[in-house]
Amino acid sequence: MRIPCPHCGERDVNEFRYGGDATKQRPAHGDKDFQTWNAYVFEFDNPKGPHEEFWQHTLGCRQWFRLKRNTATNQILGGGQ
Amino acid sequence: MTSFRRLSQGGRIDRGRPLNFTFNGGKRQGFAGDTLASALLAANDIVVGRSFKYHRPRGVMGAGLEEPNALFTTGKGGTEEPNAIGPALELRDGLAARSQNAWPSPRFDLMAVNSLASPLFASGFYYKTFIGPFQKSWMFYEPFIRRAAGLGKTSYAADDVRHETRNAFCDVLVVGAGPAGLAAALAAARSGVSVVLAEQDFELGGQLLSGADAALEAWRAETVAALQAAENVRLLPRAVVQGIYDGNHAIISVGGTALESLRARSIIYAAGAVERPLVFENNDRPGVMLASALRSLANRFALVPSQRAVLLTNNDSAYEAAFDLAAHGVAVTVADLRREISGALMSRAAGQGIVVFPESGIAEVIAKPDVRAVKLSGRHAVTIECDVLGMSGGWSPLVHLTAHGGIKPRYDEAIAAFVPGAFASGHFAAGACNGVFGSRAAIASGDAAARAALGHLGRAKLPAAATLPEGEDLAYAITPVWNATQGSKGKAFVDFQNDVTAKDVAQAHDEGYSNIEHLKRYTTLGMGTDQGKTSNINALAIMAGLRGVGIGDVGTTTFRPPFTPLTVGAIAGRSVGHHFRPTRRSPLHDWHQKNGATFIEAGLWKRAWYYDWAGKTPQEAYVKEMELVRHNVGLSDVSTLGKIDVQGRDAGEFLNRVYVNGFAKLPVGKARYGVMLNDDGLVLDDGTTSRISETQYYLTTTTAQAGEVMSWLEFLAQCHWPELDVHLASLTDEWGGMSLAGPKAREALALALPGVDLSNEGLPYMGVKDITFEGVPVRLLRLSFSGELGYEIHCPANYTEALWEHLLKAAAPLGIKPYGLESLASLRIEKGHVAGLELDHRNSLDDLGLGKMASATKPFVGDVLRQREDMMAPERWSLVGLELLEAGKTLRGGSILFAANDEIKGHGRGYITSVTWSVELQRFIALGLYQGGLKHEGEEIICAFPLKNEQVKARIVSPMFIDSKGTRLHA
Repeated sequence: MRIPCPHCGERDVNEFRYGGDATKQRPAHGDKDFQTWNAYVFEFDNPKGPHEEFWQHTLGCRQWFRLKRNTATNQILGGGQ
Repeated sequence: MTSFRRLSQGGRIDRGRPLNFTFNGGKRQGFAGDTLASALLAANDIVVGRSFKYHRPRGVMGAGLEEPNALFTTGKGGTEEPNAIGPALELRDGLAARSQNAWPSPRFDLMAVNSLASPLFASGFYYKTFIGPFQKSWMFYEPFIRRAAGLGKTSYAADDVRHETRNAFCDVLVVGAGPAGLAAALAAARSGVSVVLAEQDFELGGQLLSGADAALEAWRAETVAALQAAENVRLLPRAVVQGIYDGNHAIISVGGTALESLRARSIIYAAGAVERPLVFENNDRPGVMLASALRSLANRFALVPSQRAVLLTNNDSAYEAAFDLAAHGVAVTVADLRREISGALMSRAAGQGIVVFPESGIAEVIAKPDVRAVKLSGRHAVTIECDVLGMSGGWSPLVHLTAHGGIKPRYDEAIAAFVPGAFASGHFAAGACNGVFGSRAAIASGDAAARAALGHLGRAKLPAAATLPEGEDLAYAITPVWNATQGSKGKAFVDFQNDVTAKDVAQAHDEGYSNIEHLKRYTTLGMGTDQGKTSNINALAIMAGLRGVGIGDVGTTTFRPPFTPLTVGAIAGRSVGHHFRPTRRSPLHDWHQKNGATFIEAGLWKRAWYYDWAGKTPQEAYVKEMELVRHNVGLSDVSTLGKIDVQGRDAGEFLNRVYVNGFAKLPVGKARYGVMLNDDGLVLDDGTTSRISETQYYLTTTTAQAGEVMSWLEFLAQCHWPELDVHLASLTDEWGGMSLAGPKAREALALALPGVDLSNEGLPYMGVKDITFEGVPVRLLRLSFSGELGYEIHCPANYTEALWEHLLKAAAPLGIKPYGLESLASLRIEKGHVAGLELDHRNSLDDLGLGKMASATKPFVGDVLRQREDMMAPERWSLVGLELLEAGKTLRGGSILFAANDEIKGHGRGYITSVTWSVELQRFIALGLYQGGLKHEGEEIICAFPLKNEQVKARIVSPMFIDSKGTRLHA
């Protein structure tokens, strides 16, 4: 799999780290609601097909970005932003 | 009797270049252009190995990678390699090949006694032994089976072969250089795109190399020459495409020593097809071969059966072998299982003096151990003396690679074979692997596939269709006969490599293992180095017959990479030994090396473990080094700590959010110990962070978590809190650091840095000061990991060694010496500081006794989920100190802790994380986690170490073993 880094362009997946589901909104800093945090940290869907994820170009520019990827085929559906 | 004769001319061997090799120690000679198999057959080495389970004598069966029998071990020691495929191994001078599964020789093999014990090896033997009433018998059989099993053996010597890994890109990858692949590569090449043509053979041409058609050979030679001349084409002979992965990614093993990772914008599969054997009794006897192998031997290797060949077939393709053998003067008889045979074939056969018996099978193979004669069944039950029996059960397209992406092959009734099910975007197929048989048809389909690929690449102008070589392909008609057994004596093999017979398939069906994937696991059919290239389709067709369903309904097993065996060395490439992973060296590494340090690996780092001034063993040295720090002054390398420069208007707010304690109000020139949590409320890391200016902080992390913390902080800053003006830069490699500790630390530093105010007012405990020393920026931090008066001195990595040497020299009158990681880590145990062994991502703040640090006035990462019910439970395992109560014994890391009256069993109430000899207390002490923690202070407990069957008594004490008031720190 090759991943389009928004800064460096397309690079091998080995240069990146995966950062998890990007479809969920992180609760606001200071949000005290237990259920909200519990859902954010522990409850995940595991979709087969199109998905949006966080990736970081750790061995490159170190930028974190959102990537749309088909989890079944590894087809990249939308570049980093 | 099976024997071959070399023709005096013809073939693709170079008679002017003889090659010497050995087989089981005996000297042999072949020619350049030979394979190991053809050279052995030319020397009439007919029995070349024994079968896996029954140790039946076996000979060469195939003409290429599909070969299930003729596997060899080549080389010796560091170059030894098992399971080389005889008909695919290019002969080379000096090659040393040995038979497998045979001792002392393939002709006379002691293990052949297995044939007599064959019930032992019937379907599901292993399963039945492992489960049910037979379970105990495994204990009895195991040593015997272990000794007998294993396909080939390899040396324990280190690999002498230098392997390479490389990356490449191209527009079009063509897999296979048969007629379809050559045509595809040529059409793609002419349009100017970059082309890679990968071919497993050492010559380009595929089936054309085994044919005898002059027009096709002329086309082949011309096409290969054109491809060789084209600058945009990379020809890869001896290259097996082992797997196709996501994103048009092909892994190709080249020449057995290199692995190429190739990204292609489009892929054209032209991998061809392999001929299937027929299933009849004793079809494994040496001299029973695939018809296509006989044809290849005749046309490519100028090697024909001495006198007579019998061919058994259910399709037309075997007649090509018949015609070519007859043309070289071999007497040929064809037993055709079909009733209907085309008139054209019959008349051409008659013209070449070939006798054809329709509706005939093989009643008996007379072999001793190689084929002497065959007895036909059916209307013409004659016995024919012969050298070889060629068989053809039709052709199976190689759908392996096209299936790697997960698309199931589809059964095509017309050719009685599976073809690719569908293609991913940008993937195309041509020729036999797509079910298009016949060389001219393959050329046309390869040419068409290239044009489709060019269209996919967005080429506006596509080349015109290629002109085909003159002549006509032989038609391909087949009437599948999946089970040609005649009920006579002997085993009818379906899988030759794994010794699985038609009877085994039936037995698996009877016992309920009728799903094709179950059949595979139950009988081992389709396993091994050939992965069932010749056996799978016959097996599943027989199973379909037993189940009374269509072959397409039974389906195939899953095709997985690699396509052929490859060595572990090829996969590892250069990533072995020192190159297995990167090595990180501190800027002081060279100094340590020159000055008696012994190193230890800590993650990727090499760290100075202990120094020889203190002792020859770590046990001896670390105690001496601890004494140095407790009573005098020592210097230690802490360059591996994670160091992050945090800048921006909101740097304080940012740190306030990520640390459990406050940092926004930290005064400039002050350092503070901080702890951060993960979102789940468990401790992520700790370290000291100091404020350099209103908008700049200097953050340190543990060595182990440096990368993780950096990434996490970047994640929060970039993705979640973009409104904060904060910038992060890692200084871990740019800056070095050293820890100066001991009662004489201030004196030592004063000697090294005269003129710097080091008084308690000038640089108090937890104070930070940036100075310039001889033009170099130096950061002084008055911190202590050891519990003694201490300083950390950080500076740019280029100057770290000079500063280190300067300190040692200046403070030499005080007796300063370096101390290593072992004593550094032991000193902190005495002081009760937690480190990596305690910060294992499973502990809460309270577990580590750090609960009081958490701010009650500001939110921080992890503050909500750290209050989960279970994490607030009173009986959690939490940090305690332990003192050994029994003189002469020792505490051990990992020991399981039990209360005094507990039964010593199970997971206990906790465990020891860190142990050291305390120079201060003159006894072994430890840190550990214990159920309920310090509520049990003063209790006597038991530390059990079952691996050594030890139990010792210890007392629970405060983890702060020394200087609980911190007098030394503030001295």
